[in-house]
Amino acid sequence: MSEPILTLQELTCERDERLLFSHLNYRCQAGDLVQILGANGAGKTSLLRILAGLITPLEGRVLWRGKTIAHQPDFVRELLFLGHQVPVKGLLTVLENLRWLNRLQTRNPSISEREALQRVGLEACADTPCQQLSAGQRRRVLLAQLYLSQAPLWILDEPFTAIDQAGVGQLETVIDQHRHNGGLVLITSHQTLKINAMRHLDLTDFPPDNRVYDHE
Amino acid sequence: MNEQTRGLFTAFTAILKRDLMLIWRHQSDILNPLVFFLIAITLLPLGLDPSPQLLAALAPGMIWIMAMLAGLLPLDSLFKSDFEDGSLDQYLLTSEPLYLTVLAKILAHWLSTGLPLALVSPLLGVMLALPEGGYGALVLTLLLGTVIMSLIGATGAALTVCLRSGGLVLSLIVLPLFLPVLIIGANAVNAAVAGFAISTHLALLGAYLALTLMIMPLAAAGALKISAGH
Repeated sequence: MSEPILTLQELTCERDERLLFSHLNYRCQAGDLVQILGANGAGKTSLLRILAGLITPLEGRVLWRGKTIAHQPDFVRELLFLGHQVPVKGLLTVLENLRWLNRLQTRNPSISEREALQRVGLEACADTPCQQLSAGQRRRVLLAQLYLSQAPLWILDEPFTAIDQAGVGQLETVIDQHRHNGGLVLITSHQTLKINAMRHLDLTDFPPDNRVYDHE
Repeated sequence: MNEQTRGLFTAFTAILKRDLMLIWRHQSDILNPLVFFLIAITLLPLGLDPSPQLLAALAPGMIWIMAMLAGLLPLDSLFKSDFEDGSLDQYLLTSEPLYLTVLAKILAHWLSTGLPLALVSPLLGVMLALPEGGYGALVLTLLLGTVIMSLIGATGAALTVCLRSGGLVLSLIVLPLFLPVLIIGANAVNAAVAGFAISTHLALLGAYLALTLMIMPLAAAGALKISAGH
């Protein structure tokens, strides 16, 4: 078995004075696709934000290629994080939105931004202001980044929200492809994904313990 | 230019360009503070005695105070929409320092509020019968002063971004820090009207600008990181 690329060690997470999960240990290999399971409010989004380094866990640490992510300024270069919010500005056109999102990352995409829009079926409205789009179309603008990204780690929080069935099928293909190229995908979704050999991380396996934690 | 620096400035220009485009498509954002500035100054001669002597004596201070208040108006929304739609997470996950991203936001904010305020100030000087010697000093000090106010304001906006009604708290945080700028700026215009050199005032403002330029984007970046945890 190869070395784990992403290791979660003893993670404990708290939101608003309430423990969500404790002692979460998990290892992911390159090529894994991990779906995070849990009821609403179980801490799926919090876990993903911890893994992206956006919040610090109460205890424990996250290792990327064997080193703590907090000590790796270059970790973000290897990460594509799509949150459940859609950072798309209504006054900008589809292409303009994709452009600024894409330029925030240091990427050398193999296809152009217009081609990425074509893949998500938005080429016809590339110059339409995003405020005229439906919720699903706005999310597709965000998802177009999947075709531009060359980051090995994808963290996707509810990427299928408001996406139609055909779109979900396409996404599953992209995700599967990324995995076969040696990428790692962590995903939350309330839908059942039709992808083979998925791994599951169920937050109910790591219930909060009743220890009292010091706040530093 | 190597790979690293190219990456650095693509993100900086991406944010700057995007914000300027957003402001351009929503022009009332620029107009609101300007209109407030114009109305407040226009009302002064009506509410007070319209004699040129009195107005001329009040003009430097009044224009400065009104510019400062007008500059406060759009601060609240500086990071708000980025926080609400998740753009902030994307800023935090770029490989370039957050300092630069914040600086791009501040620059766009200054270009859309501070710069227009400084540029229309001579017109308001005419309305308040500002003596001839004061115009150059007024525009110069306002140009410097509004940059400082944008820098300080950004920190205040970053600190209050996750509060539902942070407007009042924001004013309480930033106004005390604006005071030195107001005092030096208004004094400089008075000095220029009286015929004195204002190089000392400009040097002081420049020093304050250098200080805030170093500290404030860092402080704002730190505050945004904390806000992202909520």
